[in-house]
Amino acid sequence: MSGDVESTPTPPAPPAASRRTSGFAAPTTGVGDYLRQRWSAIKAGELGALPIIFGLIVIVLIFGTLEDQFLTARNFTNLLLQMAPVAALAMGIVFILLIADGEVVSIDLSVAFVAAVGGVVMTLLQRPGDPGWPWWLCIIGALVITTAIGLLHALIITKLGVPSFILTLAGFLVWSGVVLWLTTRFSTAGTIRIQDDRLVDIANNFLSEGIGWVIGVAVVVGYAFVQVRTMQARQARNLDAKPLPIVVAQVVGVAAIVLWAVWVANSDRGVPQITITLGVFLLVWTFVTTRTAFGRHIYAVGGSPEATRRAGINVDNIRIAVFAINGFMAGVGGVILASRLRSVATNTGGGNLLLNVIAAAVIGGTSLFGGSGRVVSALYGALVITAIQNGMDLLGLNSGIKFIITGVVLLLAVLVDSISKRRRAARGLT
Amino acid sequence: MTTADSSGAERSGDAPLLRCEGVSKSFGAVHALYKVDFEVRSGEVMALVGDNGAGKSTLIKGIVGIYPFDEGTTTFAGKRVKIHGPKDAAALGIEVVYQDLALADNLDVVGNMFLGREIVKLGVLDEVAMEHRAQQTLEGLKVTTLRSVRQTVAGLSGGQRQAVAVAKAVMWGDSKMIILDEPTAALGVAQTRQVLDLVGRLAHQGYAVVLISHNLHDIFEIADRITVLRLGQQVGVMNRRECTQQDVVHAITAGDMQFVPGMDEDTVAS
Repeated sequence: MSGDVESTPTPPAPPAASRRTSGFAAPTTGVGDYLRQRWSAIKAGELGALPIIFGLIVIVLIFGTLEDQFLTARNFTNLLLQMAPVAALAMGIVFILLIADGEVVSIDLSVAFVAAVGGVVMTLLQRPGDPGWPWWLCIIGALVITTAIGLLHALIITKLGVPSFILTLAGFLVWSGVVLWLTTRFSTAGTIRIQDDRLVDIANNFLSEGIGWVIGVAVVVGYAFVQVRTMQARQARNLDAKPLPIVVAQVVGVAAIVLWAVWVANSDRGVPQITITLGVFLLVWTFVTTRTAFGRHIYAVGGSPEATRRAGINVDNIRIAVFAINGFMAGVGGVILASRLRSVATNTGGGNLLLNVIAAAVIGGTSLFGGSGRVVSALYGALVITAIQNGMDLLGLNSGIKFIITGVVLLLAVLVDSISKRRRAARGLT
Repeated sequence: MTTADSSGAERSGDAPLLRCEGVSKSFGAVHALYKVDFEVRSGEVMALVGDNGAGKSTLIKGIVGIYPFDEGTTTFAGKRVKIHGPKDAAALGIEVVYQDLALADNLDVVGNMFLGREIVKLGVLDEVAMEHRAQQTLEGLKVTTLRSVRQTVAGLSGGQRQAVAVAKAVMWGDSKMIILDEPTAALGVAQTRQVLDLVGRLAHQGYAVVLISHNLHDIFEIADRITVLRLGQQVGVMNRRECTQQDVVHAITAGDMQFVPGMDEDTVAS
């Protein structure tokens, strides 16, 4: 267990020797080997989180020099609050993008307004005395409605063969109409306030300093535990494992980022409660996509629906489940959106929310071509896109300029996706 | 017509693992297959050859139940069977490796080999067990060119992809018969060599192997017997050691048929 990854002494020579002759590379032992492998993967178009790291550095440099307020603790916590609805919606969109198969783009253009429907439903249900449901039932009501909408979309797409692009374009109009109709029907002003404090707290409450630290440390310990356990299980079976120094470096890096974030947030109002909520969703969906057969099948559908079908998997059911998950996350995003603004109004879900959500998923590294991407890319992308918006707001830029810049950033992200896909394809042919 | 090969092949004593007798398949007025007899034994490579449209694919699709035969009987391991779909075929132990491979490019080798049959422990993918088993299977087939089973399939060469597809087919303990559809069609010389060696090893390990190919050179290297189809009919089953490429080419292009296309079935002497 100690530091001797190099010389794994326990399994005697024969199995190791037979492995060598089998032609598989011996388990990676050196840091150099590992880094070289990663580097060749990057050159081959598997960029991982690199574009994001690069993007964040650029953002920090530009806005940090132009605007003193940008790199303050106050603005950092604001950023965590602002990115929450976008991140929640983008997690659902990641699922949708994953099942795109090559040429046919899989997309949900209605997601922002489905979220708004969720927010409106929750807000209507909590109105005191009319019907005045308890806060948690209001949330469940919103999630049930949006999940049902996702299922409805999925059934029309899979059973009637309507392309998701067209169906959700129709959904965009329909659900924005529903939002408009509901908000004007139940309020002459077109705005319905949330009066339940628990619901307002969802996106506006902060954790105490102590709890913030406890959660931060727990995240780091949990991450380290999973990494070390994985490494040990693989070494026990004599499979390729990350070298110990790499694991240590990763754990130290994650620890530094998480604890630094907690420290900065605590020097302002504390860690936002909603950040933890997002973290839980991140964990759950990452687990589903990477550790379950269902998640594996989602990627398979995005890689080759035909191969998936021949493997005996019901591709339509996977698609339906994915759209239901997206509907559910739209509901989550809607609840957060309504909670953050403490109300819903005729324009809830409008503006550039949809653009930001899709941009977040793509900027985070989820491929528009399907089959490639991670749930965490929703968070990365939401952070980048919100930081850009936030920085431009601080600079007081003209709305037109803001749209143009956001559009260009989205284009850049799609270009990175296209070019890295082409590189992957080129490598596949040789 | 009963035992197509009565001339004493190495294993003529063995009963065939799969035997189709008098199977036919029509699409409308077109007889894609007409009263075809086909068999393959465990441990042999049976090549299936014929010109385009001769009915090779239709025969295979009939065997695995994608387009069930209109008439005729199928016997597998001594028992009469009706195969209504790929699931039935898989349950019997018949696996097909298709020309277009049916691999998901974005998944790694392990992910592809276990696609749809993942090893799951308490609802969680058991990656370590799957990777271990995938390596063992590939080693058993002496597939030595893969750098890692954690590579995505997109990065593999044609021969490597073919090997992964074959390994996927044989990994299941109950598979007895492997059908390979044009496994060398898109491959270079070295890659073809690897795949042919792999096919030979499959037969050596006791699988019944059906090899569909256009390439007579490949076939004469590894096939034990050759079934020739022409215009939907079986025009000969030859022992590779007792025939020449010319014989096979002749059968493919001008083999004797019992039934003349275009004539009404009643008028044909059966």
